[in-house]
Amino acid sequence: MSMFCFFLFFMIFLVIAALIAVHTDNLLSSVICVGAIGFGGSLMFLFLRAPDIAITQIAVEVLGLIILIRATISRDKTFISGQREFFGIVFSVAVLFAISAVGLKGFEDLPEFGTPAFVAAAETQEIVASEDYIEQSLSRTGAANAVAAVILDWRAYDTLGEATVLFTSILGAVVILRKETRNSPETIK
Amino acid sequence: MKGMTIIVKSISSWVKMLIFLFGIYITIFGHLTPGGGFAGGVILACSFILLMLAFGREYAEENLSLGLTSKLDCVGALLFAAVALCGFFFGAAGFFVNFLHQEWQAGQATALKLVSAGTIPLSNIAIGLKVGASLFMIVLILSVFRCDSSAGKQEVS
Repeated sequence: MSMFCFFLFFMIFLVIAALIAVHTDNLLSSVICVGAIGFGGSLMFLFLRAPDIAITQIAVEVLGLIILIRATISRDKTFISGQREFFGIVFSVAVLFAISAVGLKGFEDLPEFGTPAFVAAAETQEIVASEDYIEQSLSRTGAANAVAAVILDWRAYDTLGEATVLFTSILGAVVILRKETRNSPETIK
Repeated sequence: MKGMTIIVKSISSWVKMLIFLFGIYITIFGHLTPGGGFAGGVILACSFILLMLAFGREYAEENLSLGLTSKLDCVGALLFAAVALCGFFFGAAGFFVNFLHQEWQAGQATALKLVSAGTIPLSNIAIGLKVGASLFMIVLILSVFRCDSSAGKQEVS
């Protein structure tokens, strides 16, 4: 029960931080609120017993915050001016409630919190993948960290896809942000 | 722009080694403790970004130039693909087969040691190299772009 109260407190904190990040006029405080959301998320991963994701999240959050703050400070205009349209607010709130209603409907079909999804599926079929992962990760791959055994041995195709996505996105960033363009006078001569 | 004050420079010159070492530890011990290639690579990139923020971009580029980061990025990606392709040629044929572990299993038990788990540490090192190099390259490119745009503005005004 205390765990649930902790999560509720954190959920409210994250929602408030997200609202401030969207509605504040100062660009720098908006970036800081985005950082607070990231660090709160990593803390939640830690308490959900996923230290791998918590470490990754906190490292990526530090890096992203550095990049965003550098980009914000070097801007000339750090304050957002202008009025919000009334119809836009009404429309966004309506869409928000619609998505929440659909999401609450979808939560009813999910397995109970803390129950692995593959075990719930095993009641009808005889496949219990999550128990196999926990029992056989040490004997079949030799890795003490079961997460590493899953992402780099059994599900290594996923990791290859992730690496490809990262490679392609960085290729795109290099192409867009490169110093000399193809038509610049230095490359022509 | 030649970096920050002497306080920041002297502290970061001590801390940069510890951060780099921690990144290597997280990467290499990814199959035993929480962490892994991705988190370790981000921490490695963070150590070079600390160098860049404290000492200026030129100093960081002397240590790890833009061309070297792109080469390391490609080397990491190719190493990961090579580890995957080696599964075809050794042991049971297949993509991403953990061939090293199958050979070791016949001999001595190496569980819970640093050198264990077959190809998983190799994949971790490859991914750590790739992620660290590519993220530092992104930050370098963004800072190059920023300097160029500010120089262009000064010319216009």
